Amino acid sequence: MNGFLRVALLVVRKDLTVEVRSRELIYTTLFFAVACVLVFAFAFVEEGRALDDAAAGILWVSIAFSGTLALGRTFERERHAETLRALLLAPADRPALYVGKLVGILLLMALTEAVLVPLVGLLFQAPVLAYPVLLAGLLVTGTLGYAAVGTLFAAMLIRARSRDVMLPILLYPITVPVIIAGVRGTAALFQPEPNPDMALFWIALLVFFDVVFVTLSLWTFEPLMTE
Amino acid sequence: MSLDFTAVTAVDVSRHYGRRKALARVSFECRAGDIVGLLGPNGAGKSTLLSILATLVAPSSGHVEYGGRRSSEVGAALRARLGLLGHDLYLYPELTARENLRFFARLYGLADADGAVGRGLAMAGLVERADDQVQGFSRGMRQRLALERALLHAPRLLLLDEPFTGLDQASAAALVARLRGLQAEGCLVLVATHDLDVVDGLLTRVLYLRSGRLVETTDGSAGLRERYRRVMQTS
Amino acid sequence: MLRKAVVPVLGLSMVLFVAAPIIIHRAPYEATMGLVQKIFYFHVPAAILMLLLAITCGVLSAVFLFGKKQAADWWALATAELVVLFGSMAMVTGPLWGRKAWGVWWEWEPRLTSSLMLYMIFVAYLLLRRFGGPGAEKLAAGMALFGMANVPFVYISVNVWRTLHPKTTVIPNLVPPMAWPLWLCFTAFLLLALALLAMRVQLEEQRARVESLYLAAEED
Repeated sequence: MNGFLRVALLVVRKDLTVEVRSRELIYTTLFFAVACVLVFAFAFVEEGRALDDAAAGILWVSIAFSGTLALGRTFERERHAETLRALLLAPADRPALYVGKLVGILLLMALTEAVLVPLVGLLFQAPVLAYPVLLAGLLVTGTLGYAAVGTLFAAMLIRARSRDVMLPILLYPITVPVIIAGVRGTAALFQPEPNPDMALFWIALLVFFDVVFVTLSLWTFEPLMTE
Repeated sequence: MSLDFTAVTAVDVSRHYGRRKALARVSFECRAGDIVGLLGPNGAGKSTLLSILATLVAPSSGHVEYGGRRSSEVGAALRARLGLLGHDLYLYPELTARENLRFFARLYGLADADGAVGRGLAMAGLVERADDQVQGFSRGMRQRLALERALLHAPRLLLLDEPFTGLDQASAAALVARLRGLQAEGCLVLVATHDLDVVDGLLTRVLYLRSGRLVETTDGSAGLRERYRRVMQTS
Repeated sequence: MLRKAVVPVLGLSMVLFVAAPIIIHRAPYEATMGLVQKIFYFHVPAAILMLLLAITCGVLSAVFLFGKKQAADWWALATAELVVLFGSMAMVTGPLWGRKAWGVWWEWEPRLTSSLMLYMIFVAYLLLRRFGGPGAEKLAAGMALFGMANVPFVYISVNVWRTLHPKTTVIPNLVPPMAWPLWLCFTAFLLLALALLAMRVQLEEQRARVESLYLAAEED
């Protein structure tokens, strides 16, 4: 277990170092997320007012889209000098590599959401500060579920053809429950009469989803990564 | 659990991708202290064979034994005794030379990671450039660093895929000297290469691969170019 | 053994399909929906089979991924194709029925949405196998597994909203004159599915045999 965490942390630290040097992922993902929000805002704003629940939907769709890009780019990096091979060659536990990559993606998405949530609050007058803990809970559990499946799929597609388009094709149907729960939960918090109990229900569902899918990913990572 | 071996044996190793046969019933044996050359035209299956020996790819049939034991029996501990230097060098361009080595040293769980990193940098002759990012290095420097990365954990079996590509004469000679040094230490080296002139006189065994098949095995290696031409023509 | 079973099974299925319209015609009209309701005799078996085959594919994919049995992959591919086939049938007959019976082409309620998601997952499975390059079979097996695990979550999450779909209790409570044609059609569909599966798996088996012959021929 000690070795497992050590390897995972090693991978996280390596990814952070690489990212801090180039800052490519941070800048491009953030910019894309903001652009997403704006594009959807133009689509869903009528006479200066957003449609009901538009804020919640726009937030989560932007998270999903920018997450897809971030996942693709992160693994493209490992493909570049075939460093993923070197990682698999080490005697380290393969699932530990998965966890390391997952944490890296989560950090990047957390940063993105830290920018998106205030932006959505500003643009749509959404009460993001009304129930901060519940909103954070939704974001954390939802992002974890999304990233858990996304990291596995992005990793397994590294050697596949058409991997850029395959990732969304595979990922979106599987993460539909995350989107539903995230949007409905956030909408429950943003609506004129907020419903925190509803949000709690969605958080509970997301926790359940996370447990199932992180376990499934850990379990299938090694067979899917070996040729 | 540590594992060591002194002989590697391939038994009827085959690998196919659908209808394309990459390797067909390749069998050979080599022992510690050997420098084995894997020669053959492009598409002969050299890279595939190296991947199989590195346990990254499973053979479609046949198996490989490391000291009489198969990789499926031993598991992850075997990888601690293997080193692979691929065509793509496996280095993170945004990390410095030192950081690259340190990452892999820690990944392999080496007891004296910093010591190994220092030694690796010295052997690669990159001590002054240790804190420069790898993306600024020349091909030769990257090659030297990548080789030291593959050797950090002192593997018993070292697999090299076209290591002399893009190297100037001095770097190639340095690599040859390094390999001789490893041979003296008891390492088993397998080199897939096209650069026959460079390895002439270095190899102790030669495996000739053609269209996935092992067409000939010879010992020693004087007059390698001539022999290679002869073997490829007659098979 | 597979080869011998195909023709009689297919034959029996065809007999049932020929008998079906006659039997359906004789079945009583449903009180509120009239003639339109009779599409349910084709829609329900297609939908049930889609679900059953999807579960089977998930299980087979797990066997292939963890048990490393090549034959399991052939069966998984065959069942996945049938999921898309029967799913397409259900997805077309469903809205047709819905439009006439309840006035809407589609409704975002649990059963419909889960079925749609399942359908999408298996279309994605087939796309991955077709366009994913070599080694995609394993990846697709992983996808099928994840798809299986996913369905309950889709169902629960959509379940919070109101339901328009008739509840499952309709079937056990069917009056005999209506139950009988339904079971007949279900049997016809099931036999058809089995026959198609057998043929498809045979095709994959033969493809693998041709490949191994190619490989063997090159050795000389």
